[in-house]
Amino acid sequence: MSQASQNLQLDKQGRLLHFLTIDGLQREMLTEILDTAEGFTGVSERTVKKVPLCRGKIVANLFFETSTRTRTTFELAAKRLSADVLNLNISASATSKGETLLDTLRNLEAMHVDMFVVRHASSGTAHFIAQHADPGVGVMNAGDGRHAHPTQAMLDMFTIRRHKGDFVGLRVAIVGDILHSRVARSQILALNTLGVTEVRVIAPQTLLPADARSLGVHVYHDLDEGIRDVDVIIMLRLQKERMRGALLPSEHEYFRLFGLTEERLAKADSGAIVMHPGPINRGVEMDSQVADGSKSVILQQVSYGIAVRMAVISMVIGSQNLQLQG
Amino acid sequence: MQTKEFMNADGVESLVDVMAGKLWSLTNQREIEAPLLVGIRTGGVWLAEMLHAELGLPDPLGTLDISFYRDDFTRIGMNPEVHPSDLPIPVDDRHIILVDDVLHTGRTIRAALNEIFDYGRPASIILATLVDRGGRELPIQPDIVGLKPNLEPGQHITLTGPDPLGLVIGSESNRSSRQSDEES
Repeated sequence: MSQASQNLQLDKQGRLLHFLTIDGLQREMLTEILDTAEGFTGVSERTVKKVPLCRGKIVANLFFETSTRTRTTFELAAKRLSADVLNLNISASATSKGETLLDTLRNLEAMHVDMFVVRHASSGTAHFIAQHADPGVGVMNAGDGRHAHPTQAMLDMFTIRRHKGDFVGLRVAIVGDILHSRVARSQILALNTLGVTEVRVIAPQTLLPADARSLGVHVYHDLDEGIRDVDVIIMLRLQKERMRGALLPSEHEYFRLFGLTEERLAKADSGAIVMHPGPINRGVEMDSQVADGSKSVILQQVSYGIAVRMAVISMVIGSQNLQLQG
Repeated sequence: MQTKEFMNADGVESLVDVMAGKLWSLTNQREIEAPLLVGIRTGGVWLAEMLHAELGLPDPLGTLDISFYRDDFTRIGMNPEVHPSDLPIPVDDRHIILVDDVLHTGRTIRAALNEIFDYGRPASIILATLVDRGGRELPIQPDIVGLKPNLEPGQHITLTGPDPLGLVIGSESNRSSRQSDEES
C-alpha cells in the first residue's frame, strides 16, 4: 500500500497531489512543507489575517470521527487561505461503508468541492477517497484509524525545528500508547526521514506494536531510563476509545510508571521541550506542572498547526490545478 | 541558457545612487519625513537595503514575498521557495517607498499593493524600480526609475546578485514558466 499511496500522493514532477501519509515522501518534500509553513506564520499577526491564495476554492471537512482541534485548525487554515469551508459531521453509519462513503463523495463533488479533509476510524479511508475522487480534487488525511495523521506529524516537526533549529543530532522520545497511535507512526516516519540521531519509544509492552523495532526506533519500557538526555519528549494520549480489553491495570498505575513529572523531566537534556498532540489527560500522561511548565510547547503546537495546514492545503490545491491543465 | 551581461555592479550602484537622489527630492517635495522602505523579494530587497543605507532612514527595512498574492497561483502552483513577509513597523498612516528590481507587466506590484493593504492603511505609496522595461499589462507606473533600456521583443532583463549585483539580458526561448514571472 505504501507504494500505491506514494504514487497517489505525488504527480510526475513530484508535487503533492494529496497528503495521505508521510510514508514514501522524501526529506526534500518534508522540508518544503516546513519552509512553506514558515512563510504563513506571519499571517496571523497582521491586520487582515488572510491571504487570497485559495479564493473561490471549497474545502469540505469530512469528519467521521469527532475532533475539535484538528477540525478547527483545518477550518481556520482554509479560511486564512480565503477558501470557503463546509463542515460535515458525519458519524460512521452501520450501512456498507464503501457505498455510503462514495455516495457522500459524489454528492459533494456535484457541489464542486476542491478538497476533502478526511478523518475516519478506519485505516485507509483517506487513501480510498483519494483513489475515487474526481481529477482536480485533493484529499487531506486528518487521521485514519491507527494508520496515519500526517499533518499532526508535520506540525510537530515544525515545532521541533522552531525550537531546535535542525533535526540532525537530536534525540527524540515518544512516550505512551504507541500501539493505537496514528500520530506516533507518522511522527516516527517524519523524524527518521528528516534525519534525527535517535527516535526512542517508551511504553509498556501491551501498548507497543509487535514489530516496534522495525519502525526504526529504540524501545524502552522504563521512562526514567528512556528519557535520559533526550532533546524532545512527545507524550501521547491514552487512546481509551481504541482500547479493547485490559491493556492497563489502571490510569493511576499508568501515571505512576509512565506519567511525566517535573522530577522525571529533570533527567532529560536541560533544554528539552515537552510536546503533546492533545487533548491531554492531566494526571494520566503528565502532571499539570509539566503541561503548563516552561518546557511545555503544547499550545505553540496548536498555533503552528494552522501554518502547517495552510502550507499543505495550498501546495495540494496548487498541484491539483496544474494537474488539471495537463 | 544564453545570457549576456548588460551592466556590472558599479553600473548598478551608480543607478541606485541616482534613485536615492530622486527619492530624496520627491519625498522633500511631498513633505514626507521618514518614509518606510519596503523591498520585494528577492532583487527588490537587495536594492532596498542599499537605498535604506544611502537615505539613512530611521525605521527598519520591510520585506515582501508576494507568493501568496500572485494572480497565477492556479497556473503555476505554490512557489516552493516562499519566505515570510516582514513589515516590522505598522504601516497605518505611514508613507511607504516600495522597491522592486524590474518593472514589466505590473502584476508583481499589484500583488505587493494588495499585500501591504492587508497589513494596514498606509498614507501613500511611492514605487521605485531599478529598471522599467515596458510591457505593462496593468495601469501601474513607477514614480522613480533608474533605467529604461531598449529591449528587443522576446528579450528579458534580470537583476543578479546579491554580491556582486549585475543586470543580465537573456532571450525568451530559454525561459521556463517558473522563471518568466520573476520580473513580471
